Amino acid sequence: MISFQNLFKRYPGGHEALNNICFDMDDGEMAFLTGHSGAGKSTLLKIISLIEKPTRGQALLNNVNLSRVSRRRIPHLRRQIGIIFQDHQLLFDRTVFDNVALPLVIAGYRHQEIGRRVRAALDKVGLLNKEKQNPITLSGGEQQRVGIARAVVNKPPLLLADEPTGNLDPELSQEIMSLFETFNQVGVTVLIASHDLELIKRMGHRQLILSQGQLLDQQEPLL
Amino acid sequence: MSGHSSNQRGAADNSQPSSRFTAYLLNHAQVFISSLGKLYRAPVSNLMTVAVIGIALAFPMGLYVLLQNMQDVSGGWNGASQISLFTKLNVSDDKAAELGQKIRLMPEIESLHVLSRNEAMSEFQALSGFGQALEVLEENPLPAVLIIHPSSNHSAPDKVAVLVEKLRAMPEIDLAQLDLQWVERLYAMMEIGQRGIYVIAALLSLAVLLTIGNTIRLDIQSRRDEIVIVKLIGATNAFIRRPFLYTGFWYGLLGGIVAWIMIEVSLGLLSGPVQRLAGLYGSDFSLSSLGITNALLLTCCSMVLGLIGSWIAVGRHLHEIEPT
Repeated sequence: MISFQNLFKRYPGGHEALNNICFDMDDGEMAFLTGHSGAGKSTLLKIISLIEKPTRGQALLNNVNLSRVSRRRIPHLRRQIGIIFQDHQLLFDRTVFDNVALPLVIAGYRHQEIGRRVRAALDKVGLLNKEKQNPITLSGGEQQRVGIARAVVNKPPLLLADEPTGNLDPELSQEIMSLFETFNQVGVTVLIASHDLELIKRMGHRQLILSQGQLLDQQEPLL
Repeated sequence: MSGHSSNQRGAADNSQPSSRFTAYLLNHAQVFISSLGKLYRAPVSNLMTVAVIGIALAFPMGLYVLLQNMQDVSGGWNGASQISLFTKLNVSDDKAAELGQKIRLMPEIESLHVLSRNEAMSEFQALSGFGQALEVLEENPLPAVLIIHPSSNHSAPDKVAVLVEKLRAMPEIDLAQLDLQWVERLYAMMEIGQRGIYVIAALLSLAVLLTIGNTIRLDIQSRRDEIVIVKLIGATNAFIRRPFLYTGFWYGLLGGIVAWIMIEVSLGLLSGPVQRLAGLYGSDFSLSSLGITNALLLTCCSMVLGLIGSWIAVGRHLHEIEPT
């Protein structure tokens, strides 16, 4: 699914955000990306989601070389990735339903299909009864779940999450992480950047540990 | 990812070309309506924008309509160019008639009417209001007049001028007067007016373009976050551009309609006094309105200006907004 080979990312100004990163993720794998803030977690996710381009080296997503993707193709590749943000990036000028429906509208799905899929996604995150509300009226945990529903609604093969539990208390964090596990169980590849080390340890998936732009260690799950 | 492949197929079924295309058209229709709805939800500020566009377009178009009306009024005068030849005072009525015969044979002349000194006197007495005063005069002070209409292939201004020079050179003639000089001057002035209107129209069209462009630019900036989010979830530039283009289209269309209404109302207000004035000149002239063709042309131009204005704004500002 994802393959990084000797990848470097240097920002204008000389900051070396990623330094010789090599790793692979198989289809259907779930992994955590950890490290201190500034270690390069966000940069790595940005390269996968085509927000940033690597300076050197190779990043493959489903065998597509991300350095060589033209601007025109970026939107179509992004539709294969569900992205979840720490601040969930919802639109407060429309209902929960319309927020979740957005990826389907963009991809040109038909009306009936949109309704069916949005309700299925909201059902999975347990918010089916809130579809008509404005997301601003929901709690932080609920907003994050709307964000997750939006990320999974068009059934992308890959989910990326950047500090999805950053603003949540431990109980809600656990709940959100379990939600990711259920998606992983039906075959979705999941990569989560987080520094909630305790929770990560409990969940027991593979860890990619970044420090100052370098991949320190790839801990296999403790079974 | 065996569990996922069936889902993938499900998505593929939905994205067959025909249904894809239908969905595309549906999206267009939906954005078409929703962009109008968005204007409706902020009525005051959008009405101001529409009014500015309307005024900017109504001004040159209204002037154009007035000019057309002037051309309609004066159009009848063009063919009626007429030369008056005043003989010298020592030329008798008989001699004047003889001269008339001679001139009538010239190929440039369509018709000629000789007004003898006595006829000229009685006409002057009748029309001038000096009737009684003139009776006091011992001698008729008026010369005979030959009134000439040039033939149609000699009525163009330059040819008439040549003819007038030729007639003026005759020894019996004191004064050759082309009665239509003032019409020519009017025409020349109207031509200046027309050019002026084109210049004003061009400048104000630019103003419309900038107004719409600026409004769309502000709209884009206020929806910056939204644009970033939809780009992140795979929206193409065309998808993001669409609502802004339709908004520009609506501004143009509504502005054009407002301009149309403004012109019709203004013409309505003017038509009464104009008719009265025309009546005083013994004419049954009345102001003609914009006409359906011009009105549609105006609305179309306005729509196109709206689209171009928003296209420029979107083109300039959309690619600046990228997720970071």
